[in-house]
Amino acid sequence: MMIAFSTLVLLPILAKLVMLLGDGRHLLGLLRSFDQFASIVLEGACERVIVGDLYCDIPLGLNVIRGENVVLIGEMDMEKEELPSHMTAVSTAEIKRAQKAGRDATYLKGSMKNIMKSLDID
Amino acid sequence: MLFFSYFKDLMGREVTVELKNDLAIRGTLHSVDQYLNIKLENTRVVDQDKYPHMLSVRNCFIRGSVVRYVQLPPDGVDIELLHDATRREARGG
Repeated sequence: MMIAFSTLVLLPILAKLVMLLGDGRHLLGLLRSFDQFASIVLEGACERVIVGDLYCDIPLGLNVIRGENVVLIGEMDMEKEELPSHMTAVSTAEIKRAQKAGRDATYLKGSMKNIMKSLDID
Repeated sequence: MLFFSYFKDLMGREVTVELKNDLAIRGTLHSVDQYLNIKLENTRVVDQDKYPHMLSVRNCFIRGSVVRYVQLPPDGVDIELLHDATRREARGG
């Protein structure tokens, strides 16, 4: 059974991690514990939302994440830059507005395509 | 068990793992387990500008259930060995 999560064991506890979840969210935080299903205890967690050149860290505190939702766990190298320099930090409200604008644009694009298709316009 | 053994033989080689969410990560295969979870070292995301989250990540653990492809070096495949192993597995399993 030890072989089962030997790969996870090699991730240092206390390392600052980037976690990618199945719904596309990115979490940052300190790894406190894990199990054979790759469930994780994350301390000081925050969700990093990136829309274009804007980003925002939304604090979440202490979380347990069920293993089935985990896609990837990356160890952050503290000497490297976390984000490209052209990105700017914004407030939670503004990033939510930017996210909504992105979703609306995609929806509009989709609905326009459907209208054109139904009218048989090329 | 076959692919677990196969990936164990590939440890230390450079591979590209493509995930089901279309993210592709290139790195050195550090370790693998019975669920085909993969640990990569020296990682870099293939399309770095599209995924700025991972800029400072150099080692990562990838859950086996989210892998779509593992792209291998062309000389990483011994066809005869794989054929034999598959035949043995088919007979025994």
